[in-house]
Amino acid sequence: MKVIYLDNNATTQISSEVLLEMLPFLSDYYGNPSSMHTFGGQLHRKIEEAREMVASLIGASPEEIIFTSCGTESDNTAIMSAVESFPRKKHVITTRVEHPAVLNFCHHLARKGYRVTYLPVNNLGQLNIDLLLKTIDEDTALVSIMYANNETGVIFPIKEISQLLSERGVLFHTDAVQAVGKIPIDLKSLPVDMLSISGHKLHAPKGIGVLYVRKGTRFAPYIIGGHQENGRRAGTENIASIIGLGKACQLANNNREKEVLYLTALRDKLENALLKCCPDVRVNGDANNRLPNTTNISFEYVEGEAILLRLNEYNICASSGSACTSGSLEPSHVLRAMGVPFTAVHGSIRFSLSRYNTDEEINKVIEIMPSIIKELRQLSPFGREKLSCPSS
Amino acid sequence: MWEYTEKVKNAFLHPQNVGDIADADAVGEVGSIVCGDALKLFLKIDKETGKITDARFQTFGCASAIASSSALTEMVKGKTLEEALNITNRDIADFLGGLPDQKMHCSVMGREALEAAIANYRGEAFTAEPKEKVVCKCFDVTEDKIRKVAIENHLTTVDEITNYTKAGGGCGECRSEINDILTALWSVKKPIMQTKPKKLTNLQKIALVQDIIETEIRPGLQADNGDLELIDVEGNKVIVELRGMCTGCLMSDVTLGRIQEKLRELVSGDIVVETER
Repeated sequence: MKVIYLDNNATTQISSEVLLEMLPFLSDYYGNPSSMHTFGGQLHRKIEEAREMVASLIGASPEEIIFTSCGTESDNTAIMSAVESFPRKKHVITTRVEHPAVLNFCHHLARKGYRVTYLPVNNLGQLNIDLLLKTIDEDTALVSIMYANNETGVIFPIKEISQLLSERGVLFHTDAVQAVGKIPIDLKSLPVDMLSISGHKLHAPKGIGVLYVRKGTRFAPYIIGGHQENGRRAGTENIASIIGLGKACQLANNNREKEVLYLTALRDKLENALLKCCPDVRVNGDANNRLPNTTNISFEYVEGEAILLRLNEYNICASSGSACTSGSLEPSHVLRAMGVPFTAVHGSIRFSLSRYNTDEEINKVIEIMPSIIKELRQLSPFGREKLSCPSS
Repeated sequence: MWEYTEKVKNAFLHPQNVGDIADADAVGEVGSIVCGDALKLFLKIDKETGKITDARFQTFGCASAIASSSALTEMVKGKTLEEALNITNRDIADFLGGLPDQKMHCSVMGREALEAAIANYRGEAFTAEPKEKVVCKCFDVTEDKIRKVAIENHLTTVDEITNYTKAGGGCGECRSEINDILTALWSVKKPIMQTKPKKLTNLQKIALVQDIIETEIRPGLQADNGDLELIDVEGNKVIVELRGMCTGCLMSDVTLGRIQEKLRELVSGDIVVETER
């Protein structure tokens, strides 16, 4: 049975065009771009071409692009660079709904004596900008706020935030791992100082990331060693993956407008159908302001792991914010920060689509999902009076 | 991804004895939707022989909770109440070919539902008496339950207790208390010196409050990435401010309650803990 992969905020498939570009650099062209001989040295040009493609996707200059090993490294580097560059400033601002790559690094700083402010979000997952501005003081080394949330897809007003912070001279980093390639980002008109990208979220391979650092921003490297990446990130370049990421950015750049429409239509079709045929269902997050590919839906009275494993029987892949899927007993920190009731957090399912999903696949999910929910609700002691699914 | 046995998968995908019994002789209900799992067990009992003639269940929870419920109903059918009560959570897990460590609490929930149903049949109250001490406030787990599950399953670490009862798996504040329970349970008891002075001067009180916050309270909060600052002490009022992840946490009232309890226990019985606003 073919896999129906609706977990693209976790990772994506490498596109065939990307793989094709990469293959020669995993076999014939194995040289080191730092070498003096042509065999290795010629690869340097290929890396610079990829850098230009990445820069072009986000409206940056190539010299502002640093290749890293993943989104987490980019996030860690950005935060560490900020606190190292401003050793007297001991305050960092972030949000309660960040990815662990930022959140746990801030916890780490807090244990080392830094003051960390975790901004709350409202029921729709939105930030209070006034509160952000009130929290800033002379001691603030960095504000790090994600571009779009991985669980709900909610997009933060990064343009407004970056302008306000830039006026106040506060360094600003955004984890744009979920946003780059999905929505237009133009750093020429967006005064963000640092921005993180992860390759495997946009159809490039795992193990490659990018940290954008705006020209003129103070920067301290995190990984220290050789002179690679202009001395800003040591370690022999992951050439095949860098070339793959370049290609993936080029594809995203060429198809983006078409893709936004396609994904929005497909996602809305799925969401509307599920809302229509399952009672006691809610969408988590700001429905009018989120990534085109993401929907996070809570099914009351049933538990997320049970739903995922039933879907698994049909080779349908999704994810859940339920406690039972996290390996701990704590359900999603994002949904809890939004004040989603526990009953709804346990039954939350995230579907995240990509350009490779088809209308047929979505039809299949729409066909199967209501019966799974109905069956599990029949097992459940809760919500028994609401078992009927009108159109299933 | 959990490593479930084929038996667990099968019992989850094709559960046996689902539903209710309209004229059940016994009903046992444990867990809650907030905790993430709940089980309602229905039994039909032959009054003459004392044997369980039918068993059905309704479960809200993950795959292993549903599988454990299904296993339980299969195991109790045809047994007398006494025989049924001999079934341990370990037996339920074994029936399924084992459960992942972190999922053992699902088998404990099965065993508890059985006890609750039989108590219901015998007209006994199963619910925890109000005087019984709740250790884990996130998942409402009592000291008695922790002791009982620890003895039945030979559990010696806090993590094992969390796997089997969920206690300590929420805010994590009760982990040191669970550790104390386990230490007391598995070691020879030594008399504890009572060091609490009778009447404290204001200075002594402030120093003691500061000391207890530093040594007993903050490490627990910090382990969960929260923190606490002592603002002031006015008479019996201890004014604190929650910091870090505690700020705006849904459980912050519970946290403050726990801090107050600790200070009442170690400083003075009339302490009131408040935040600035």
